[in-house]
Formats: sequence, structure tokens, C-alpha cells
Amino acid sequence: MTLLRAEGLVKSFGKTHALDGAGISIREGEVVAVMGPSGSGKSTLLHCIAGILPPDSGTVHYRDRDLTAMSDSERSELRRTEFGFVFQFGQLVPELTCLENVALPLRLSGMKRKDAERAATDWLARLEVDGVADQRPGETSGGQGQRVAVARALVTGPKVIFADEPTGALDSLNGERVMHLLTTAARETGAAVVLVTHEPRVAAYSDREVVVRDGRSRDVEFAR
Amino acid sequence: MMCIVPRMSIGHALLGLLEGGPRHGYDLKRAYDERFGQDRPLHYGQVYSTLSRLLKNGLVTEAGVEAGDGPERKRYAITDAGVTDVERWLSTPEKPEPYLQNTLYAKVVLALLSGRSAAEVLDTQRSAHLNTMRELTRRKTDGDLADQLICDFALFHLEADLRWLELTAARVDQLAVEVMR
Repeated sequence: MTLLRAEGLVKSFGKTHALDGAGISIREGEVVAVMGPSGSGKSTLLHCIAGILPPDSGTVHYRDRDLTAMSDSERSELRRTEFGFVFQFGQLVPELTCLENVALPLRLSGMKRKDAERAATDWLARLEVDGVADQRPGETSGGQGQRVAVARALVTGPKVIFADEPTGALDSLNGERVMHLLTTAARETGAAVVLVTHEPRVAAYSDREVVVRDGRSRDVEFAR
Repeated sequence: MMCIVPRMSIGHALLGLLEGGPRHGYDLKRAYDERFGQDRPLHYGQVYSTLSRLLKNGLVTEAGVEAGDGPERKRYAITDAGVTDVERWLSTPEKPEPYLQNTLYAKVVLALLSGRSAAEVLDTQRSAHLNTMRELTRRKTDGDLADQLICDFALFHLEADLRWLELTAARVDQLAVEVMR
């Protein structure tokens, strides 16, 4: 079943046309790689379909809800409850321990500290980084930090994980580990993954790819 | 299953295995298949024809016959010349061969010349490459360390092709102008 569908997305930053009629369709539980050269508009596409950036025109539907018609607070509520995010770096709160970082989204949703930390502990173990629970992000390696970030993205049980170059700052071995753990966990929980990457070996963890070039996307599923 | 692992010199591989001590042909085949066979085990014919060539060139020597119920089993041992040959093989780099680019380049140019879509040729190829890479990634995930290393080798090579494809895709318009000139 289609979970997320965007059509005719146009987005400009000043005179730069980042998106020029892009579309994409994401089904429940599938892992889709969004590929394309730097500056092709792939990150902008991700930001638009994740409700982070409003497009200038075009529509984004999550199930039967139109993201472009929502208020900012409705969109941020949707992001918090249905979506998870993993970026290249800089997403963990440096002052909090890794455990507190993973527990944070649950705390923000009003869960009790003890329950939130118990869930966070489970997710850190699933991502094989329970050893750094009490450390701050700055004290962990790049690969460990990304796995903590993946745990934080998954802890709320999101339906879609948006990952923008999640292995961009890692070496091959650590990157592969993160991709393996991320896709395995997503498949186990039934979450879809929208994975922006320019690395073919990272894209090889996906079920299919959507190629973005010059602000337009080529999505085989979308054409159906 | 696909096989992207480059063809390797069976003779050198057998010599290398014989450095561990004399073996008979069947034993060698088993050792080869276990370490390097992956998708395509050796045929007995290959083993014996390779051994007879190595024998003729003085790289191995017969080291007695193993008695048994079945057919007699000749044992083979590596000679000093054989060891030197293995050393030379190990210390000589493989020729870095561009193999696929020529065909793909020809396809792209011919598509442009005939007014077809070069971008489509590249997109189709990318999709095929990625599918193979997905299969290798799955196989790597389920496999042991040897599988992982062999799959990674193939994956990095396919990735190199894909990087070339992306670069070419980004320059198709420019290439079209040059081709049509």
C-alpha cells in the first residue's frame, strides 16, 4: 500500500530551481534509495516529502493526509509521531548522554523517564551500541554515533525513516555496519526507509532506486 | 548466481595450494573449491589437465601413488621452480583492465548518433548494475568472511562502473555536441 506520494514538486531557493516537477511514491515497509549527483535536488526532495520544507507548488500525501495543506504544528506533530530522521551528522544533542538522546523523542511525547530509558536501552542494544549508553556523543566514534542516531530515529516506532547520506561521514566498514543495522531494524519493524545517497554501495541496501537529476525524478513505481 | 569474480590462474592457485604439502588431484580440487570455488567449482578435467601442464613445465613433480581401493591416486609435489613461479605470480600486479567501459561508451555514442536516448541507455545500465549489487549485498550479509571479501571486491568494481556512468550521464549533452560535429 502506498504510504507517501508526492507529485509535481517545485521548489526554488532564490534563482536556484532545486525541484522542477519531481514526484515519488513510497510503499509501506520498502527501502527506497534516492540517488543523483550533488545539487540534483535529492535532499530537497527528501525535505519536502518529510514535511520539513514546504514546496512552492505540488502535493505531498502521507496516507490520505495532504502535508502541504497542514499547519506548521500539524506537520511537526506528524514528523514526531510517524517519521524518524537520520542525517549525516550533528543530530545528537551534545550535552546529553547517548541513552538520553535516544530517550528524548519519547520524553517529548510525554513518556515517563523510566519507561523512555528502558525503551532506549533496548534500541541501543539492537544497534549494538549499548556500551556507549552513558557517554556523550562527543566521546563516541563516528560509527557509534550514527548507530545511536539510528536508534533514536527508530525508538518511536515510525512508519517512515528519512535518512540523508547517513553514512556520508563514515569509512566503508562502519558505513556498511550502519546500513546493515538500519535496514535490518527497519524491515523488522515494518518501517519504510527513504535513503538519500550518492554512493551505489549504500544504495545496494535498498529495494529500488529513484534517480533525481536537474530537479526531476525518475521513479518507475510512480509511473504505474 | 552471477560470477563477477575475475577469472583466476588455476595453475598458480593449485601451485600455491601445493606449497602446503603434496596432494593428489581430488584433494587439490576439494581444497580449491573450498577456498576459491564459490560459484564455480573446478571440473576434474581442469584439475588433471592443469596438473599435467605443470608437470610438463617442471613446476610440480609426481610424489608417489597413494594405495587404496579405488583407482590409483598420484600425489603431486611443488618443485623449486614451482615455488619461484608462485613468488613471481604473487609479486606481479594484475593488469588493470578497463573492460566494460568500451562497450558502454560505444552504446552511448551509437545511441547519440542514431538519435536515441543515451540517458536511457545509462539509466538501464545503472538499474542492472544496482540489481547485481543488491544481490551481492544480500549474499554478503548472509555469508561468512570469505563471501564478504569476495562480494566486496565485486561491489567496489561495480561501483566504479557506476561512478563512470553517473559522470557520463552528467555529460551526455556535451558528448552529443561532440559526436554530432
